[in-house]
Amino acid sequence: MTKLNMVKALNLALFQEMERDPDVVILGEDVGVDGGVFRVTDDLQRKFGSQRVIDSPLAEAAIIGTGVGMALYGLRPVCEIQFSGFAFQCFHQIENHAARYRLRSQGRFGCAMVIRMPYGGGVRALEHHTESEEQFYAHVPGLKMVIPSGPRNARALLAAAIRDPDPVVFFEAKALYHAAKEEVPEESETLPIGRAQVVREGGDLTLIAYGAMLRVAREAADVLQAEDGVAAEVIDLLTISPLDRETLVASVAKTGRAVVVHEAPRSFGPGAEIAASIMEGAFLRLEAPVRRVTAHDVAFVGFAREKAHVPDLARVVAAARETLAF
Amino acid sequence: MRAPGRPMPRTILEPRFQVEHLSILDSEGHLDAALEPKLSPDELRSLYRFMVLGRRLDERMVRLQRQGRIGTFAPIKGQEASQLGSAFALRPTDWMVPSFRETAAMIWRGWPIEKLLLFFAGYVEGGQPAPAQRDLPITIPVGTQLPHAVGLAYAAQYKSDDAVVMAYFGDGATSEGDWHEALNFAGVWHVPVVFVCQNNQWAISVPLKKQTHSKTIAQKALAYGLPGIQVDGNDVLAVYAAAREAVDRARAGEGPTLIECVTYRLGVHTTADDPTKYRADEEVKMWEQKDPLTRFTAYLRERNLLEDGLEARVDAEIAEAVRRFEAMPPPDPLTVFDHVYAEMPAHLRAQRDEMAARLREAGAAAPEAPAPEPRATPMRGQRLTRR
Repeated sequence: MTKLNMVKALNLALFQEMERDPDVVILGEDVGVDGGVFRVTDDLQRKFGSQRVIDSPLAEAAIIGTGVGMALYGLRPVCEIQFSGFAFQCFHQIENHAARYRLRSQGRFGCAMVIRMPYGGGVRALEHHTESEEQFYAHVPGLKMVIPSGPRNARALLAAAIRDPDPVVFFEAKALYHAAKEEVPEESETLPIGRAQVVREGGDLTLIAYGAMLRVAREAADVLQAEDGVAAEVIDLLTISPLDRETLVASVAKTGRAVVVHEAPRSFGPGAEIAASIMEGAFLRLEAPVRRVTAHDVAFVGFAREKAHVPDLARVVAAARETLAF
Repeated sequence: MRAPGRPMPRTILEPRFQVEHLSILDSEGHLDAALEPKLSPDELRSLYRFMVLGRRLDERMVRLQRQGRIGTFAPIKGQEASQLGSAFALRPTDWMVPSFRETAAMIWRGWPIEKLLLFFAGYVEGGQPAPAQRDLPITIPVGTQLPHAVGLAYAAQYKSDDAVVMAYFGDGATSEGDWHEALNFAGVWHVPVVFVCQNNQWAISVPLKKQTHSKTIAQKALAYGLPGIQVDGNDVLAVYAAAREAVDRARAGEGPTLIECVTYRLGVHTTADDPTKYRADEEVKMWEQKDPLTRFTAYLRERNLLEDGLEARVDAEIAEAVRRFEAMPPPDPLTVFDHVYAEMPAHLRAQRDEMAARLREAGAAAPEAPAPEPRATPMRGQRLTRR
């Protein structure tokens, strides 16, 4: 076991998967010599050569589009989009093609590829560098949408995504890249995509979060325990789509109350699908409406005002208390 | 510091570029024998047979659409030489990346006619290439398939596979960002891909002069560091000669090429289109004089290579394919869930079960009829127009 931050943990997953499978290639802007603007691909070009770690021209659509072609051939490309805010320039390649080739070709082709993007706020960055857009990908049939919450699960999920036969959009919270170190085993490990984890058990309320918001949910559970004597269950979603409805419904069937926390804007966001799924699966057990603590429905606010926009501990605790008092 | 008033010298950075236009057999039947490609009598007959099949099938498919037996379809009439002259230069182990107007190239590549009919009748099963077939299915969003071609070529090169990738698109596609990105990546990566532009003069209602201010499409390649050549796209010998050279270069590791085939869409954009709204009959008549089939027929007649009864045999082949298509049991509606993911996730299993229950309730184990409603469906911004 070594203590690694999320950047190093992701780098380890990439290194081990490239060692394991010569068909794994990396492409993106500045991923080679520079090791990526967040250093996630650091040193990989030196180890594996510029044919496998490709410094591409600056064009998101062609990074994904050529990645699709490589995947159709049988390679396993890991494409990096430098910031998720730039991915609308390749959204058509993801939605029109990566997600659909399996269906369009009736199983003759698949797109086993990973599309990595840093997302989310908390790093005092400009417009298009702080948004959360997971809902767009979660909505697309044929895609899988994964967001880890820490170094160890980031490493295991990235390895699983690379081995997955379908396209996986893999969001990495910028706020977590250097946030904390965690014990990460040296030998390769994976986590199943499509499975949420109950990371804290409790019987009074279910807090559902993912990515950088998991820490906020955990802290809220601590506060609720200490100040209110409330035992909150905390679920780390890990995969946004396909959504692990079974774990969500089982938890809320027990607690009767749920609060969903995400950084994406509220309307039509993941919280809406989660609330609907809980309603469909545990309606008669619900003691209160499912609450959503999210960013407001504002495209961006500028980092100076970000704190008031992104869910924080106080907002999650307040929402939990209102839900408990309903 | 330069003395004031002294002229700044302008230097030519590179020799000025030139774009070649290649024509071997013109519409009057004149042949440039020095450029005539070396094709055997069997190859010439085969090429001609597929040109005739492409033409007759196209006409038949338009009729099938009018009769409501298939849905919206994008005809190729007039573009047979561009498609077959180029695809003819490929090996079966090469890759073919079509847009949505490549019927002739697709049948040459081995797509069964009934599968194409199934596709245009609205069944996804019609988009499935055969297990070893190195053809991508039809791509509809204009130009977006071109980066896939570059990725396939990169992968082939990476795996030391000497396959070449040939990608098709029209003049309209050259305005798309994906087109430029694909050519740029292909140039930088120096991969074995041949870009075949069927410049058929019209992107639905927009003529070439409103599509680009460039004199040719071929010259756009030069900016990306690739060779570009313009050919008479209605001259199957010229298209073949250019494609042969480009494919051989690609296979030899000499990188990508752009071929602009100057041709004409003699028919509608799709069966939902009415071109009398935007172009003159005289223009169509002028291009009918340059029909790729007429001049190739004359060329073969002079060489005594025309087969008696070819049209009738081709028509019988098409009729048999239509019969097979219409005799197919309608595909199971529940199979649409099968290929969304490699393994069906829980929520899709649940939706499949819901649908199965609905079908059972409706007593509909025998599902819908094979042909869709006889309604035209617009493609890419088309109005519904009945003729």
